[in-house]
Amino acid sequence: MAEHAVSHAPAPLGGRLVTPVTVTLAALALAAAVVLAFRFIYGLGAVTNINDGYPWGIWVAYDVVVGSAFACGGYVMALLVYIFNKGEYHPLVRPALLASLFGYTLAGASVIFDLGRYWNFWHILTPGYAQVNSVMFEVAVCISLYILVMWIEFSPAFLDQLGFGGVKKKLSKAMFLFIALGVLLPSMHQSSLGSLLVIFGRQINPLWQAGYLLPLEYLMTAVLLGFAMVVFEATLVSVGFRRPLETALLSKLAKFIWGLLIAYLAVRVGDLLARGALGNAFRFTIEAASFWAEMLCFAIPAWLLAAQARRNNPGKLFAAAVLLMLGGFLLRINGFLVGYETGAGWHYFPALPELVVTIGLIAFEILAYIVLVKILPVLPAQSATH
Amino acid sequence: MDRRDFFKLSLAGGAALAAGPALAREDKVIPTEALGLLYDSTLCIGCKACVAACKEANDMPPEFLPDSGQPYWDMPLDLSGKTLNVIKVYQNGKMEHKDQVQDGYAFIKKSCMHCVDPSCVSACPVAAMQKDPVTGVVSYNKDACIGCRYCVAACPFGVPRFTYDKAIPQISKCQLCRQRWAAGKYSACAEVCPTGATLFGKVSDLKREAARRRALTPGSQTVFPRGRLGGPDESYPGVASKYVDRLYGQTEFGGTQMIMLAGVPFEKLGYPDLPPRSDAARSETLQHGLYRGLVTPLVFLGALTYAARRNVKDEEGKDGSEGDHHG
Repeated sequence: MAEHAVSHAPAPLGGRLVTPVTVTLAALALAAAVVLAFRFIYGLGAVTNINDGYPWGIWVAYDVVVGSAFACGGYVMALLVYIFNKGEYHPLVRPALLASLFGYTLAGASVIFDLGRYWNFWHILTPGYAQVNSVMFEVAVCISLYILVMWIEFSPAFLDQLGFGGVKKKLSKAMFLFIALGVLLPSMHQSSLGSLLVIFGRQINPLWQAGYLLPLEYLMTAVLLGFAMVVFEATLVSVGFRRPLETALLSKLAKFIWGLLIAYLAVRVGDLLARGALGNAFRFTIEAASFWAEMLCFAIPAWLLAAQARRNNPGKLFAAAVLLMLGGFLLRINGFLVGYETGAGWHYFPALPELVVTIGLIAFEILAYIVLVKILPVLPAQSATH
Repeated sequence: MDRRDFFKLSLAGGAALAAGPALAREDKVIPTEALGLLYDSTLCIGCKACVAACKEANDMPPEFLPDSGQPYWDMPLDLSGKTLNVIKVYQNGKMEHKDQVQDGYAFIKKSCMHCVDPSCVSACPVAAMQKDPVTGVVSYNKDACIGCRYCVAACPFGVPRFTYDKAIPQISKCQLCRQRWAAGKYSACAEVCPTGATLFGKVSDLKREAARRRALTPGSQTVFPRGRLGGPDESYPGVASKYVDRLYGQTEFGGTQMIMLAGVPFEKLGYPDLPPRSDAARSETLQHGLYRGLVTPLVFLGALTYAARRNVKDEEGKDGSEGDHHG
């Protein structure tokens, strides 16, 4: 056991920082920065297609709602390793946490781009302004706190290099508290992201207006997305940095994913049947098509992950992870955009500059991840040189 | 904590969650002195004097029809960041008869309904949208607003609008001309209405007036007040209208302070068929159920802390390398 732990101690990857990949990513991020300059000078309407019928576009539905769910890898790995005491998954924790840290920090920062009166953003955390009945208040407080907690959780990776070894030692004594908070806070705001839709009432197509079950469905899929993201990232890191695949660990993880996926499908389909909402799925509408796409993205992985042989196949495991990510993406985009209807005559599809910002954010996230795993001890070392 | 313990705790937590929404947030009641508007579609002649007066009273810019080639007249087609009140028209077939579904037409006013239990107030995370406890007017404070547009998305009537074309944007919505009250004036739309189709007053008085009109025999002679109820008498003689059997805003969505009568069904006039329970009540029932007194989160946190403490220690023991593996 001791040898196992040593061989998996995180170490910087090293290597060149300027590569064709990092340069491309930096260029995409720069393009987003240019669009954002226009946004702040000329207003949201100058670069987005949002309107009074669709006041929330992809900067909310994707950057925040989907983006933060994609960043749940750190949350679910902490849940598995520290709460369910599955120590063997420990090597996956730190890389997952780094991805989460960036996903959430950028989701939080991107809110500023979307807020019309961004200079007042601090009101939401300030007594006297803060309005506790608002679901958005809960989301904002929990996401802000979680970003802080994640930086603290991740700090052992850089405190040594900054010469704060003493702080690191003290922090390690209290780390269990931050780990507990790091599981509680995402459970709260990931469910609340679903609760945001409750007040939209009949403006949401019955296929997605699950009412009081919305928080449960969004929480379950956030955990699913977190696991899927861990498989996705671990596979890409192995291929991209030419490291051995962690298939044994990942396929064991896939068994958990499968169990949760079946539970989710039972809740989702059970709710649709109980509310008599399924009729909406059998019409020739964009909503119905998007619903079936979403359901397939959950149903196919449910089949793929059901058998041990398929779970052990890295290709099938990766495919299941990608489909789950797409399913979670569709559930959220369907709820917030496709299934949202405020009246006749309103349309929304993201404008090109709007897409450039979202793509640039993702590019920046990947760029930062690549740079940091090269300079900080994040990924498990390959040889036992300690 | 092993998995069995955790599931037990989760079950207890789940039971707490399930019990939560059962304690539904009580329905809001309309303030006794609530102010509002009564709009009678059958009296409206579509002159849009109210649209012009609203712009002037609230200092709102004109809106020109795109592609009209005539940037001279204010011609708003809908509510917007520049328009707080608009008169729309229902049209069918030959448009020969007023207030008739077939081959007819009818006018309808769109402006804030001043809901008894407004979605915008419940949704706003920074209390920029507020409902006055005495008058019930739903007001907007741009100095508090963060511009998140949750109110725009939440309102079932599509009332709050946003100025997307501005670098320093804000929400636009009718506030019942509350800024004019100090000078003894009232809502500009009601003040200028030549037929009394839009009437200002206490909601209790307005409901009485609506009930009186609904009780009249269509075609019989009667008198219609203008301006405001309880103000100087500006009434005029007229002929009683035929109404669809509904006072819109009486029960819809927990009730509203703008109430309406019409000769054609409200769905045709663009007003949704809403349940009596407001979405705000449902949303707050859920939030209070989950977070009241932070009991559920704190219990959950306690269990997580216990588990994390034990498991992190275990790991230190196994590794022998203190504090190096905490994620």
